[in-house]
Amino acid sequence: MLKVCNLGYEVIENGKKVTIVKDISFTVEDGEMLVITGPNGGGKSTVAKLLMGILPATEGQILLDGEDIMDLSVNERANAGIGYAFQQPPAFKGMTVRRLLNLAAGKELPEHICCDLLSSVGMCAGEYLDREVDATLSGGERKRVEIATVLAKSHKVCIFDEPEAGIDLWSFSMLVDEFEKIHRDKKETLLLISHQEKIIQMADRILVIRDGSVEKCGEAEEILPMLFGGVKECACVNRRGGSGYGIGCGNK
Amino acid sequence: MELDAVTSSVLKEIDAGGWKQEGAYNLRFNGQALCHGDSENIKIKRKEDKPGVDVYISGETKGEAVHIPVVISQSGMTDVVYNDFYIEEGADVVIIAGCGIHNSGCNETRHDGVHAFHVGKNAKVVYEEKHYGEGEGTGENVLNPVTEIFLGEGAVFTLDTAQIRGVDSTERKTDVDMGPGSRLFVMEKLMTHDGQTAVSNMEVRMNGDDSSAQIVSRSVAKGASRQTFHPNAVGNALCKAHIQCDSIIMDEAQVCSIPEIDARNIDAQIIHEAAIGRINTEQLLKLRSFGMTEEEAEAVIIDSFLK
Repeated sequence: MLKVCNLGYEVIENGKKVTIVKDISFTVEDGEMLVITGPNGGGKSTVAKLLMGILPATEGQILLDGEDIMDLSVNERANAGIGYAFQQPPAFKGMTVRRLLNLAAGKELPEHICCDLLSSVGMCAGEYLDREVDATLSGGERKRVEIATVLAKSHKVCIFDEPEAGIDLWSFSMLVDEFEKIHRDKKETLLLISHQEKIIQMADRILVIRDGSVEKCGEAEEILPMLFGGVKECACVNRRGGSGYGIGCGNK
Repeated sequence: MELDAVTSSVLKEIDAGGWKQEGAYNLRFNGQALCHGDSENIKIKRKEDKPGVDVYISGETKGEAVHIPVVISQSGMTDVVYNDFYIEEGADVVIIAGCGIHNSGCNETRHDGVHAFHVGKNAKVVYEEKHYGEGEGTGENVLNPVTEIFLGEGAVFTLDTAQIRGVDSTERKTDVDMGPGSRLFVMEKLMTHDGQTAVSNMEVRMNGDDSSAQIVSRSVAKGASRQTFHPNAVGNALCKAHIQCDSIIMDEAQVCSIPEIDARNIDAQIIHEAAIGRINTEQLLKLRSFGMTEEEAEAVIIDSFLK
């Protein structure tokens, strides 16, 4: 179980304290899927980075299976069981897709496992395994490799920051299938940041973050109608932020 | 013949494909030719006038490899060698050179390998050269290779050089003259640490129409080491060249990259890209999210970068 209490992040800009996110609290039970949505610039990715330890939280508590992980570094949190797919994965000169998958898994993976991993994100292993994860791969290809690296190992909690961004329609539907499969197996807790209706509709729980704080949080049945049920304000979130690159209504 | 443990272990470092006393080979040890062998298509002859060998590669050679490693274990030695390669029209050959120094003394050990390649029409050559130094002594390991390459019409030459560790000082000079339709691929990898210095000067002259060159240089500078790269592509004809120099700088190191491109023909297209920077933070974070420590992540990034 992942329990987040009053998480906050402040930075000092030009000598002034600026609050990026505050009072973020939520719980995800084992095997559950939580989708964090909301307008761009609202603080969703910041929350994800705070969970992974990429950014240092300035207040609050993060409990993974009852253990406080606030003082753990990124690698310690990874070893504690958190997987993380970056929104914009970096390019690596000289690093092959195969090596990156092996590093992600923490061991040498047999060929057929590598193939399965790439297939699950809509990539042909024969074509990609020995290619480098550098600028010769398109943004969408790198993004799919990124998701495959998280799938390469089992985790207690997997965080995916906008997995759909930059991915074509065909690969996207394979990705949705993959998330459905993980969700069905209930082995891993999923935490997805997304603007996609298809992904949001899979959620058990939905968290809407706007202007750095929780706007809504609850069971999917309760929140979904507010997002897609014709409530003007939130339809706007969906429509304008739908591609992952649009401008949400909260930060024109 | 039987080789001692030091020589065998140094050979492992500089001849990754596996050194064997088979086919065409010549092992130079402490300034002397220690053992050598010819094959049906490749003949190695000792030079009469100066140290070194002439290697004759016939046009019948197809995919064969010739190994010519140099090992120096005598501290304080300066070994200068001249090797000439005559590659006939249509040959397809892999030349594996490399120099390893085991310096257990306090004197400078130095090897200057002067190599000239005369490559015939449509011949295909892959030249691999690894430089390596080791030893518990305080004496410096110095390697100053000079490589001259003459490419005939339609010849294809791949120059793959690597210096990963243990060489205190190196000054590399590479000169290439390219005939019509010839192609050159250069991959240079270098890592320096502590107080090491490395200088690489290269001049590629594209003299024939339709010649093309692709030069990739990757380096990592650690400690207080210093590196200087100065590749120059000269376009004397209708030609294309792309030079890419990437360096990772760490600690108190210094890296200087001097791009030079010189077009002397309206149909010459030459590009130079050079970048120097510290290890990318995003890459570090990505690998740490797999559970690696910062130091482990750094080592993986450097290893991949120089692979």
